[in-house]
Amino acid sequence: MITREPFEYPENASRLECLVLAARESMADTGRAVLLGVRAIRMLPDLRRPKARAEFMRQMYICGIESLPVITVVALFTGMILAFQTGIELRRYNQEVYIGSAVMVSMLREMAPFITGLILGACVGSAMAAQLGTMTVNDEIAALEIMSIDPVRFLVTPRMAAMMIMTPILSFYTCMLGTLGGGVIGTTQLNVPWAQYMSNAMEFARAKELFVGLVKALIYGIIITTISCNEGLTATQGAVGVGQATRRAVIISFLLVLIVGYFVTRFFY
Amino acid sequence: MIRFEHIVKRLAGRNVLDDLSFEIRKGEVFVIVGPSGTGKSVTLKHMVQLLRPTSGTVWLGDESVSDADGRDLERLRERFGYLFQGGAMLGWLTVAENVALPLEEKTDLPEDEIAKRVHEALEMVDLEDAADQYPAEISGGMQKRAGLARAIVRRPEIVLYDEPTSGLDPVTARTIDRLIQHLNRDLGVTSVVVTHDMQGALSIGHRVAMLHGGRFVEVATPKAFAASACPEVQQFLEAQYITRGNFFVEGGTK
Ligand SMILES: Nc1ncnc2c1ncn2[C@@H]1O[C@H](COP(=O)(O)OP(=O)(O)OP(=O)(O)O)[C@@H](O)[C@H]1O
Ligand SMILES: [Mg+2]
Repeated sequence: MITREPFEYPENASRLECLVLAARESMADTGRAVLLGVRAIRMLPDLRRPKARAEFMRQMYICGIESLPVITVVALFTGMILAFQTGIELRRYNQEVYIGSAVMVSMLREMAPFITGLILGACVGSAMAAQLGTMTVNDEIAALEIMSIDPVRFLVTPRMAAMMIMTPILSFYTCMLGTLGGGVIGTTQLNVPWAQYMSNAMEFARAKELFVGLVKALIYGIIITTISCNEGLTATQGAVGVGQATRRAVIISFLLVLIVGYFVTRFFY
Repeated sequence: MIRFEHIVKRLAGRNVLDDLSFEIRKGEVFVIVGPSGTGKSVTLKHMVQLLRPTSGTVWLGDESVSDADGRDLERLRERFGYLFQGGAMLGWLTVAENVALPLEEKTDLPEDEIAKRVHEALEMVDLEDAADQYPAEISGGMQKRAGLARAIVRRPEIVLYDEPTSGLDPVTARTIDRLIQHLNRDLGVTSVVVTHDMQGALSIGHRVAMLHGGRFVEVATPKAFAASACPEVQQFLEAQYITRGNFFVEGGTK
Protein backbone atom coordinates (compact mmCIF):
# COMPACT_ATOMS: atom_id res chain seq x y z
CA MET A 1 0.00 0.00 0.00
CA ILE A 2 2.90 2.31 0.66
CA THR A 3 5.33 2.64 -2.20
CA ARG A 4 8.72 4.15 -1.77
CA GLU A 5 9.96 3.99 -5.31
CA PRO A 6 8.70 5.93 -8.29
CA PHE A 7 7.12 3.87 -11.03
CA GLU A 8 9.57 3.18 -13.82
CA TYR A 9 9.28 2.06 -17.40
CA PRO A 10 11.74 -0.55 -18.58
CA GLU A 11 14.46 1.02 -20.71
CA ASN A 12 13.70 -0.62 -24.03
CA ALA A 13 9.91 -0.54 -23.85
CA SER A 14 8.10 0.59 -26.97
CA ARG A 15 5.46 3.32 -26.91
CA LEU A 16 2.69 0.76 -26.87
CA GLU A 17 4.23 -1.16 -24.01
CA CYS A 18 4.60 2.06 -22.05
CA LEU A 19 0.95 2.85 -22.64
CA VAL A 20 -0.11 -0.58 -21.41
CA LEU A 21 2.16 -0.30 -18.39
CA ALA A 22 0.86 3.18 -17.57
CA ALA A 23 -2.72 1.95 -17.74
CA ARG A 24 -1.89 -0.99 -15.52
CA GLU A 25 -0.08 1.23 -13.04
CA SER A 26 -2.96 3.68 -12.80
CA MET A 27 -5.34 0.81 -12.19
CA ALA A 28 -3.05 -0.55 -9.51
CA ASP A 29 -2.98 2.90 -7.96
CA THR A 30 -6.77 3.06 -7.96
CA GLY A 31 -6.84 -0.35 -6.32
CA ARG A 32 -4.38 0.80 -3.66
CA ALA A 33 -6.49 3.87 -2.95
CA VAL A 34 -9.69 1.85 -2.57
CA LEU A 35 -7.93 -0.63 -0.31
CA LEU A 36 -6.57 2.21 1.79
CA GLY A 37 -10.04 3.69 2.23
CA VAL A 38 -11.54 0.33 3.15
CA ARG A 39 -8.80 -0.42 5.67
CA ALA A 40 -9.07 3.00 7.26
CA ILE A 41 -12.82 2.58 7.70
CA ARG A 42 -12.47 -0.95 9.03
CA MET A 43 -10.14 0.35 11.71
CA LEU A 44 -12.56 2.99 12.94
CA PRO A 45 -13.30 1.01 16.15
CA ASP A 46 -9.66 1.58 17.07
CA LEU A 47 -10.56 5.18 17.90
CA ARG A 48 -12.08 3.97 21.14
CA ARG A 49 -8.56 3.78 22.53
CA PRO A 50 -7.90 6.89 24.60
CA LYS A 51 -4.49 7.33 22.94
CA ALA A 52 -6.01 7.40 19.48
CA ARG A 53 -8.67 9.87 20.54
CA ALA A 54 -6.32 12.82 20.94
CA GLU A 55 -5.31 12.68 17.28
CA PHE A 56 -8.94 12.22 16.27
CA MET A 57 -9.94 15.35 18.18
CA ARG A 58 -7.10 17.30 16.59
CA GLN A 59 -8.31 16.26 13.15
CA MET A 60 -11.89 17.20 14.02
CA TYR A 61 -10.65 20.64 14.92
CA ILE A 62 -8.61 20.96 11.74
CA CYS A 63 -11.31 19.95 9.30
CA GLY A 64 -14.27 21.33 11.23
CA ILE A 65 -13.37 24.50 13.02
CA GLU A 66 -10.52 25.70 10.85
CA SER A 67 -12.50 25.54 7.64
CA LEU A 68 -15.52 27.25 9.21
CA PRO A 69 -14.68 30.85 8.19
CA VAL A 70 -14.24 30.14 4.50
CA ILE A 71 -17.27 27.83 4.42
CA THR A 72 -19.37 30.52 6.07
CA VAL A 73 -18.50 33.13 3.46
CA VAL A 74 -18.92 30.78 0.51
CA ALA A 75 -22.23 29.43 1.83
CA LEU A 76 -23.71 32.90 2.41
CA PHE A 77 -22.72 34.12 -1.01
CA THR A 78 -23.88 30.98 -2.79
CA GLY A 79 -27.30 31.40 -1.17
CA MET A 80 -27.36 35.05 -2.19
CA ILE A 81 -26.38 34.29 -5.77
CA LEU A 82 -28.92 31.48 -6.01
CA ALA A 83 -31.70 33.71 -4.68
CA PHE A 84 -30.74 36.56 -6.96
CA GLN A 85 -30.46 34.48 -10.11
CA THR A 86 -33.70 32.60 -9.62
CA GLY A 87 -35.37 35.78 -8.34
CA ILE A 88 -34.64 37.68 -11.54
CA GLU A 89 -36.22 34.93 -13.61
CA LEU A 90 -39.17 34.38 -11.28
CA ARG A 91 -39.91 38.11 -11.20
CA ARG A 92 -40.87 37.94 -14.88
CA TYR A 93 -43.77 35.72 -13.86
CA ASN A 94 -44.41 37.53 -10.55
CA GLN A 95 -43.48 34.40 -8.66
CA GLU A 96 -40.66 35.82 -6.49
CA VAL A 97 -42.13 34.14 -3.41
CA TYR A 98 -40.81 30.85 -4.70
CA ILE A 99 -37.15 31.79 -4.33
CA GLY A 100 -37.32 30.31 -0.82
CA SER A 101 -38.02 26.86 -2.15
CA ALA A 102 -35.57 27.23 -5.04
CA VAL A 103 -32.72 28.11 -2.71
CA MET A 104 -33.64 25.56 -0.09
CA VAL A 105 -34.01 22.58 -2.40
CA SER A 106 -30.92 23.18 -4.48
CA MET A 107 -28.92 23.86 -1.34
CA LEU A 108 -30.10 20.75 0.46
CA ARG A 109 -29.74 18.33 -2.37
CA GLU A 110 -26.83 19.61 -4.39
CA MET A 111 -25.10 22.84 -3.52
CA ALA A 112 -24.35 22.37 0.18
CA PRO A 113 -22.54 19.03 -0.12
CA PHE A 114 -20.89 20.23 -3.31
CA ILE A 115 -19.52 23.39 -1.69
CA THR A 116 -18.46 21.46 1.38
CA GLY A 117 -16.72 18.89 -0.80
CA LEU A 118 -14.85 21.44 -2.85
CA ILE A 119 -13.77 23.52 0.11
CA LEU A 120 -12.71 20.59 2.24
CA GLY A 121 -10.94 19.10 -0.77
CA ALA A 122 -9.05 22.31 -1.32
CA CYS A 123 -8.29 23.17 2.32
CA VAL A 124 -8.21 19.92 4.23
CA GLY A 125 -7.45 17.36 1.52
CA SER A 126 -4.50 19.30 0.20
CA ALA A 127 -3.13 19.71 3.71
CA MET A 128 -3.48 15.97 4.34
CA ALA A 129 -1.67 15.11 1.11
CA ALA A 130 1.09 17.61 1.82
CA GLN A 131 1.56 16.48 5.39
CA LEU A 132 1.53 12.76 4.71
CA GLY A 133 3.67 13.33 1.62
CA THR A 134 6.27 15.20 3.61
CA MET A 135 6.20 12.48 6.24
CA THR A 136 6.70 9.86 3.55
CA VAL A 137 9.69 11.49 1.89
CA ASN A 138 11.22 12.30 5.29
CA ASP A 139 11.11 8.61 6.28
CA GLU A 140 8.65 9.35 9.09
CA ILE A 141 6.20 6.81 7.68
CA ALA A 142 9.06 4.32 7.42
CA ALA A 143 9.90 5.05 11.06
CA LEU A 144 6.32 4.23 12.05
CA GLU A 145 6.51 0.98 10.11
CA ILE A 146 9.74 -0.02 11.82
CA MET A 147 8.00 0.53 15.15
CA SER A 148 5.21 -1.70 13.80
CA ILE A 149 2.77 1.17 14.08
CA ASP A 150 0.39 0.85 11.16
CA PRO A 151 0.41 4.23 9.37
CA VAL A 152 -3.15 3.61 8.20
CA ARG A 153 -4.44 3.07 11.70
CA PHE A 154 -2.28 5.78 13.19
CA LEU A 155 -2.73 8.51 10.58
CA VAL A 156 -5.49 7.75 8.10
CA THR A 157 -8.20 6.41 10.41
CA PRO A 158 -8.45 9.51 12.63
CA ARG A 159 -8.59 11.71 9.53
CA MET A 160 -11.22 9.50 7.98
CA ALA A 161 -13.38 9.55 11.10
CA ALA A 162 -13.06 13.32 11.46
CA MET A 163 -14.03 13.89 7.85
CA MET A 164 -16.94 11.43 8.02
CA ILE A 165 -18.35 13.33 10.95
CA MET A 166 -17.52 16.83 9.80
CA THR A 167 -18.66 16.76 6.18
CA PRO A 168 -22.35 16.10 6.94
CA ILE A 169 -22.30 18.66 9.74
CA LEU A 170 -20.63 21.29 7.60
CA SER A 171 -22.94 20.47 4.72
CA PHE A 172 -25.96 21.07 6.94
CA TYR A 173 -24.39 24.29 8.21
CA THR A 174 -23.75 25.42 4.63
CA CYS A 175 -27.34 24.73 3.78
CA MET A 176 -28.68 26.81 6.65
CA LEU A 177 -26.36 29.71 5.94
CA GLY A 178 -27.14 29.56 2.23
CA THR A 179 -30.85 29.74 2.96
CA LEU A 180 -30.17 32.66 5.26
CA GLY A 181 -28.17 34.44 2.57
CA GLY A 182 -30.98 33.86 0.11
CA GLY A 183 -33.43 35.34 2.59
CA VAL A 184 -31.34 38.47 2.94
CA ILE A 185 -31.38 38.99 -0.82
CA GLY A 186 -35.09 38.16 -0.89
CA THR A 187 -36.05 40.82 1.62
CA THR A 188 -33.61 43.52 0.53
CA GLN A 189 -33.56 43.15 -3.24
CA LEU A 190 -36.65 41.25 -4.30
CA ASN A 191 -39.29 42.51 -1.87
CA VAL A 192 -40.12 39.08 -0.54
CA PRO A 193 -40.96 39.40 3.17
CA TRP A 194 -38.75 37.33 5.46
CA ALA A 195 -41.60 35.30 6.93
CA GLN A 196 -42.95 34.44 3.52
CA TYR A 197 -39.49 33.45 2.28
CA MET A 198 -38.93 31.20 5.27
CA SER A 199 -42.32 29.53 5.18
CA ASN A 200 -41.89 28.87 1.48
CA ALA A 201 -38.42 27.46 2.06
CA MET A 202 -39.52 25.22 4.93
CA GLU A 203 -42.52 23.96 3.02
CA PHE A 204 -40.28 22.47 0.35
CA ALA A 205 -37.58 21.19 2.69
CA ARG A 206 -38.23 17.48 2.63
CA ALA A 207 -36.46 14.89 4.74
CA LYS A 208 -35.44 13.06 1.61
CA GLU A 209 -33.58 16.07 0.21
CA LEU A 210 -31.78 16.49 3.48
CA PHE A 211 -30.93 12.81 3.58
CA VAL A 212 -29.55 12.76 0.03
CA GLY A 213 -27.46 15.83 0.77
CA LEU A 214 -25.99 14.36 3.94
CA VAL A 215 -25.24 11.03 2.29
CA LYS A 216 -23.45 12.89 -0.48
CA ALA A 217 -21.43 14.89 1.99
CA LEU A 218 -20.45 11.71 3.82
CA ILE A 219 -19.33 10.09 0.57
CA TYR A 220 -17.34 13.19 -0.35
CA GLY A 221 -15.63 13.07 3.02
CA ILE A 222 -14.60 9.47 2.47
CA ILE A 223 -13.42 10.17 -1.08
CA ILE A 224 -11.37 13.24 -0.17
CA THR A 225 -9.66 11.52 2.75
CA THR A 226 -8.92 8.38 0.75
CA ILE A 227 -7.52 10.23 -2.27
CA SER A 228 -5.49 12.72 -0.27
CA CYS A 229 -3.99 10.18 2.10
CA ASN A 230 -3.23 7.81 -0.75
CA GLU A 231 -1.46 10.51 -2.72
CA GLY A 232 0.49 11.53 0.37
CA LEU A 233 1.54 8.01 1.28
CA THR A 234 2.69 7.24 -2.26
CA ALA A 235 4.72 10.43 -2.68
CA THR A 236 8.30 9.89 -3.78
CA GLN A 237 11.22 12.07 -4.75
CA GLY A 238 11.39 14.78 -2.15
CA ALA A 239 9.74 18.18 -2.17
CA VAL A 240 8.85 17.99 -5.85
CA GLY A 241 7.04 14.74 -5.21
CA VAL A 242 5.09 16.26 -2.33
CA GLY A 243 4.02 19.14 -4.58
CA GLN A 244 2.84 16.73 -7.24
CA ALA A 245 1.01 14.59 -4.70
CA THR A 246 -0.82 17.63 -3.34
CA ARG A 247 -1.77 18.82 -6.79
CA ARG A 248 -3.05 15.42 -7.81
CA ALA A 249 -4.98 15.02 -4.55
CA VAL A 250 -6.87 18.28 -5.14
CA ILE A 251 -7.56 17.62 -8.81
CA ILE A 252 -8.76 14.05 -8.31
CA SER A 253 -10.90 15.05 -5.31
CA PHE A 254 -12.56 17.85 -7.32
CA LEU A 255 -13.30 15.59 -10.27
CA LEU A 256 -14.67 12.81 -8.09
CA VAL A 257 -16.85 15.22 -6.10
CA LEU A 258 -18.41 16.39 -9.36
CA ILE A 259 -18.82 12.97 -10.94
CA VAL A 260 -19.94 11.07 -7.85
CA GLY A 261 -22.36 13.90 -6.99
CA TYR A 262 -24.09 13.42 -10.31
CA PHE A 263 -24.40 9.66 -9.88
CA VAL A 264 -25.71 9.87 -6.33
CA THR A 265 -28.43 12.27 -7.47
CA ARG A 266 -29.24 9.91 -10.35
CA PHE A 267 -29.48 7.04 -7.91
CA PHE A 268 -32.00 8.75 -5.65
CA TYR A 269 -34.21 10.46 -8.25
CA MET B 1 23.06 -12.82 11.72
CA ILE B 2 22.04 -10.50 8.89
CA ARG B 3 23.00 -11.98 5.55
CA PHE B 4 22.69 -10.38 2.10
CA GLU B 5 22.64 -12.92 -0.69
CA HIS B 6 23.32 -11.57 -4.18
CA ILE B 7 21.20 -8.48 -3.66
CA VAL B 8 20.47 -6.43 -6.75
CA LYS B 9 18.42 -3.28 -6.32
CA ARG B 10 17.37 -1.23 -9.29
CA LEU B 11 16.38 2.36 -8.58
CA ALA B 12 16.04 5.34 -10.89
CA GLY B 13 17.23 3.34 -13.89
CA ARG B 14 20.46 1.94 -12.47
CA ASN B 15 21.56 -0.87 -10.22
CA VAL B 16 22.22 0.91 -6.95
CA LEU B 17 23.11 -2.39 -5.30
CA ASP B 18 24.70 -4.78 -7.73
CA ASP B 19 25.12 -8.36 -6.55
CA LEU B 20 25.90 -7.38 -2.98
CA SER B 21 26.65 -10.27 -0.61
CA PHE B 22 27.89 -10.10 2.97
CA GLU B 23 27.09 -11.23 6.48
CA ILE B 24 26.93 -9.31 9.73
CA ARG B 25 27.76 -11.36 12.80
CA LYS B 26 25.86 -11.33 16.05
CA GLY B 27 27.22 -8.83 18.55
CA GLU B 28 29.40 -6.99 16.09
CA VAL B 29 29.69 -3.33 15.13
CA PHE B 30 29.63 -3.33 11.35
CA VAL B 31 30.45 0.00 9.76
CA ILE B 32 29.55 0.88 6.19
CA VAL B 33 31.30 3.83 4.56
CA GLY B 34 31.19 5.12 1.03
CA PRO B 35 30.65 8.20 -1.07
CA SER B 36 27.32 10.01 -1.10
CA GLY B 37 24.64 8.37 -3.21
CA THR B 38 26.19 4.92 -3.43
CA GLY B 39 23.32 3.22 -1.67
CA LYS B 40 24.30 3.00 1.98
CA SER B 41 20.85 4.05 3.17
CA VAL B 42 19.33 1.74 0.58
CA THR B 43 21.37 -1.13 2.05
CA LEU B 44 20.09 -0.40 5.56
CA LYS B 45 16.50 -0.16 4.33
CA HIS B 46 16.76 -3.66 2.90
CA MET B 47 17.50 -5.06 6.35
CA VAL B 48 14.02 -4.17 7.57
CA GLN B 49 12.18 -4.48 4.27
CA LEU B 50 11.59 -0.80 3.82
CA LEU B 51 12.81 -1.61 0.34
CA ARG B 52 12.65 -4.98 -1.36
CA PRO B 53 15.48 -6.28 -3.50
CA THR B 54 14.98 -6.55 -7.25
CA SER B 55 16.62 -9.96 -6.91
CA GLY B 56 18.36 -11.82 -4.13
CA THR B 57 17.38 -12.43 -0.51
CA VAL B 58 18.10 -10.77 2.81
CA TRP B 59 18.22 -13.18 5.74
CA LEU B 60 17.92 -12.53 9.43
CA GLY B 61 19.09 -15.73 11.08
CA ASP B 62 17.28 -18.33 9.01
CA GLU B 63 14.26 -16.17 8.21
CA SER B 64 13.94 -14.30 4.96
CA VAL B 65 13.40 -10.60 5.58
CA SER B 66 12.64 -9.74 1.98
CA ASP B 67 9.73 -12.18 1.78
CA ALA B 68 8.23 -11.71 5.24
CA ASP B 69 4.84 -10.06 5.63
CA GLY B 70 2.07 -9.50 8.14
CA ARG B 71 2.80 -10.69 11.65
CA ASP B 72 6.14 -12.23 10.67
CA LEU B 73 7.42 -8.94 9.34
CA GLU B 74 6.20 -7.14 12.44
CA ARG B 75 8.03 -9.64 14.64
CA LEU B 76 11.22 -9.26 12.61
CA ARG B 77 11.05 -5.48 12.70
CA GLU B 78 10.49 -5.49 16.45
CA ARG B 79 14.03 -6.77 16.85
CA PHE B 80 15.40 -3.66 15.18
CA GLY B 81 15.95 -0.07 16.16
CA TYR B 82 16.48 2.28 13.24
CA LEU B 83 18.00 5.73 13.35
CA PHE B 84 17.00 7.46 10.13
CA GLN B 85 19.35 9.79 8.33
CA GLY B 86 17.07 12.78 8.93
CA GLY B 87 15.88 11.77 12.39
CA ALA B 88 12.31 11.23 11.13
CA MET B 89 10.62 12.65 14.24
CA LEU B 90 6.88 13.26 14.11
CA GLY B 91 6.34 17.01 13.99
CA TRP B 92 3.24 17.28 16.16
CA LEU B 93 4.65 15.36 19.12
CA THR B 94 7.26 16.62 21.55
CA VAL B 95 10.64 14.94 21.72
CA ALA B 96 9.60 12.96 24.80
CA GLU B 97 6.31 11.91 23.20
CA ASN B 98 8.17 10.86 20.08
CA VAL B 99 10.54 8.71 22.08
CA ALA B 100 7.65 7.26 24.08
CA LEU B 101 5.69 6.40 20.97
CA PRO B 102 6.96 2.86 20.35
CA LEU B 103 6.35 2.01 24.01
CA GLU B 104 2.94 3.67 24.16
CA GLU B 105 1.67 2.03 21.02
CA LYS B 106 3.21 -1.42 21.16
CA THR B 107 3.64 -2.34 24.82
CA ASP B 108 1.42 -2.50 27.90
CA LEU B 109 3.96 -0.85 30.17
CA PRO B 110 2.46 1.42 32.83
CA GLU B 111 2.85 5.18 32.32
CA ASP B 112 5.52 5.68 34.98
CA GLU B 113 7.65 2.87 33.57
CA ILE B 114 7.38 4.44 30.11
CA ALA B 115 8.30 7.85 31.51
CA LYS B 116 11.29 6.31 33.25
CA ARG B 117 12.56 4.59 30.13
CA VAL B 118 12.04 7.67 28.01
CA HIS B 119 14.00 9.70 30.50
CA GLU B 120 16.76 7.10 30.49
CA ALA B 121 16.97 7.09 26.71
CA LEU B 122 17.02 10.89 26.52
CA GLU B 123 19.71 10.99 29.15
CA MET B 124 21.85 8.62 27.11
CA VAL B 125 21.83 11.04 24.17
CA ASP B 126 22.14 14.04 26.47
CA LEU B 127 18.79 15.53 25.55
CA GLU B 128 16.76 15.68 28.77
CA ASP B 129 16.50 19.45 28.50
CA ALA B 130 14.76 19.30 25.14
CA ALA B 131 12.20 16.70 26.23
CA ASP B 132 9.24 19.04 25.98
CA GLN B 133 10.23 20.81 22.79
CA TYR B 134 8.87 20.05 19.35
CA PRO B 135 11.21 18.68 16.66
CA ALA B 136 10.91 21.90 14.64
CA GLU B 137 12.21 23.87 17.62
CA ILE B 138 15.47 21.96 18.03
CA SER B 139 18.54 21.76 15.81
CA GLY B 140 19.22 19.07 13.22
CA GLY B 141 21.83 17.46 15.41
CA MET B 142 19.43 17.36 18.33
CA GLN B 143 16.74 15.85 16.13
CA LYS B 144 19.17 13.13 15.16
CA ARG B 145 19.95 12.40 18.80
CA ALA B 146 16.23 12.31 19.56
CA GLY B 147 15.88 9.81 16.72
CA LEU B 148 18.61 7.76 18.32
CA ALA B 149 16.81 7.83 21.67
CA ARG B 150 13.66 6.58 19.95
CA ALA B 151 15.60 3.83 18.18
CA ILE B 152 17.00 2.42 21.40
CA VAL B 153 14.13 3.01 23.81
CA ARG B 154 12.59 -0.37 23.03
CA ARG B 155 15.94 -2.03 23.79
CA PRO B 156 16.21 -3.75 20.45
CA GLU B 157 18.60 -6.53 19.66
CA ILE B 158 19.95 -4.87 16.50
CA VAL B 159 20.29 -1.15 15.88
CA LEU B 160 20.78 0.35 12.43
CA TYR B 161 22.37 3.78 12.55
CA ASP B 162 22.16 5.90 9.41
CA GLU B 163 24.83 8.57 9.84
CA PRO B 164 24.50 8.95 13.61
CA THR B 165 27.22 11.60 13.85
CA SER B 166 26.83 13.70 10.73
CA GLY B 167 25.81 17.25 11.53
CA LEU B 168 27.07 16.94 15.10
CA ASP B 169 29.95 18.86 16.62
CA PRO B 170 33.07 16.73 17.17
CA VAL B 171 32.55 16.45 20.92
CA THR B 172 28.94 15.29 20.64
CA ALA B 173 29.94 13.00 17.78
CA ARG B 174 32.44 11.23 20.03
CA THR B 175 29.76 10.97 22.74
CA ILE B 176 27.48 9.21 20.27
CA ASP B 177 30.33 6.93 19.21
CA ARG B 178 30.84 5.99 22.84
CA LEU B 179 27.11 5.39 23.24
CA ILE B 180 27.14 3.01 20.28
CA GLN B 181 30.10 1.20 21.83
CA HIS B 182 28.41 1.07 25.22
CA LEU B 183 25.22 -0.42 23.78
CA ASN B 184 27.27 -2.95 21.90
CA ARG B 185 29.60 -3.99 24.69
CA ASP B 186 27.34 -3.85 27.70
CA LEU B 187 23.99 -4.79 26.21
CA GLY B 188 25.18 -6.93 23.31
CA VAL B 189 23.44 -4.86 20.67
CA THR B 190 24.43 -5.83 17.15
CA SER B 191 25.08 -2.55 15.35
CA VAL B 192 25.22 -1.50 11.74
CA VAL B 193 26.59 2.00 11.36
CA VAL B 194 26.54 4.00 8.15
CA THR B 195 28.88 6.95 8.34
CA HIS B 196 31.14 9.35 6.49
CA ASP B 197 33.22 9.94 9.56
CA MET B 198 36.31 7.74 9.15
CA GLN B 199 37.70 8.58 12.60
CA GLY B 200 34.52 7.29 14.18
CA ALA B 201 34.28 4.34 11.82
CA LEU B 202 37.79 3.13 12.54
CA SER B 203 37.52 3.57 16.28
CA ILE B 204 34.14 1.92 16.93
CA GLY B 205 33.90 -0.65 14.12
CA HIS B 206 34.79 -4.28 14.49
CA ARG B 207 34.72 -4.48 10.73
CA VAL B 208 34.53 -1.66 8.22
CA ALA B 209 33.12 -2.06 4.73
CA MET B 210 33.44 0.30 1.81
CA LEU B 211 30.46 0.44 -0.56
CA HIS B 212 31.33 1.48 -4.08
CA GLY B 213 29.53 0.80 -7.33
CA GLY B 214 26.89 -1.35 -5.68
CA ARG B 215 29.32 -3.70 -3.91
CA PHE B 216 31.72 -3.78 -1.04
CA VAL B 217 35.17 -3.15 -2.47
CA GLU B 218 36.73 -3.76 0.94
CA VAL B 219 35.55 -5.42 4.15
CA ALA B 220 38.17 -5.54 6.87
CA THR B 221 39.04 -4.85 10.49
CA PRO B 222 39.79 -1.16 11.13
CA LYS B 223 43.51 -1.79 11.10
CA ALA B 224 43.50 -3.71 7.87
CA PHE B 225 41.03 -1.24 6.41
CA ALA B 226 43.29 1.69 7.12
CA ALA B 227 46.12 -0.17 5.46
CA SER B 228 44.04 -1.27 2.49
CA ALA B 229 45.58 -1.09 -0.94
CA CYS B 230 42.21 -0.51 -2.57
CA PRO B 231 42.36 2.87 -4.38
CA GLU B 232 38.81 3.92 -3.43
CA VAL B 233 39.55 3.26 0.23
CA GLN B 234 42.84 5.14 0.07
CA GLN B 235 41.16 8.10 -1.57
CA PHE B 236 38.48 8.13 1.09
CA LEU B 237 40.97 7.98 3.93
CA GLU B 238 43.28 10.60 2.49
CA ALA B 239 40.38 12.97 2.03
CA GLN B 240 39.96 12.87 5.81
CA TYR B 241 43.69 13.23 6.51
CA ILE B 242 44.08 9.70 7.76
CA THR B 243 47.32 8.23 6.52
CA ARG B 244 47.81 4.58 5.89
CA GLY B 245 47.81 2.46 9.03
CA ASN B 246 47.84 5.38 11.41
CA PHE B 247 44.59 6.51 12.97
CA PHE B 248 43.24 7.85 16.19
CA VAL B 249 41.63 5.38 18.56
CA GLU B 250 39.81 6.14 21.79
CA GLY B 251 42.56 6.94 24.25
CA GLY B 252 45.53 7.11 21.94
CA THR B 253 47.10 6.55 18.56
CA LYS B 254 47.58 3.03 17.34
N1 LIG C 1 13.11 5.79 -2.87
C1 LIG C 1 13.95 5.96 -3.88
N2 LIG C 1 13.48 6.09 -5.11
C2 LIG C 1 14.33 6.26 -6.16
N3 LIG C 1 15.63 6.30 -6.06
C3 LIG C 1 16.19 6.18 -4.85
C4 LIG C 1 15.37 6.00 -3.69
N4 LIG C 1 16.18 5.92 -2.62
C5 LIG C 1 17.43 6.04 -3.10
N5 LIG C 1 17.45 6.20 -4.43
C6 LIG C 1 18.64 6.33 -5.25
O1 LIG C 1 19.58 5.39 -4.82
C7 LIG C 1 20.87 5.96 -4.72
C8 LIG C 1 21.47 5.69 -3.38
O2 LIG C 1 20.77 6.40 -2.37
P1 LIG C 1 21.14 6.33 -0.84
O3 LIG C 1 20.17 7.21 -0.14
O4 LIG C 1 21.23 4.93 -0.40
O5 LIG C 1 22.59 6.98 -0.82
P2 LIG C 1 23.57 7.06 0.42
O6 LIG C 1 24.71 6.16 0.13
O7 LIG C 1 22.83 6.83 1.68
O8 LIG C 1 24.06 8.55 0.31
P3 LIG C 1 24.21 9.64 1.47
O9 LIG C 1 25.55 9.43 2.05
O10 LIG C 1 24.13 10.93 0.75
O11 LIG C 1 23.11 9.44 2.43
C9 LIG C 1 20.72 7.44 -5.02
O12 LIG C 1 21.32 7.67 -6.27
C10 LIG C 1 19.26 7.69 -5.09
O13 LIG C 1 18.97 8.48 -6.22
MG1 LIG D 1 22.11 7.89 3.19
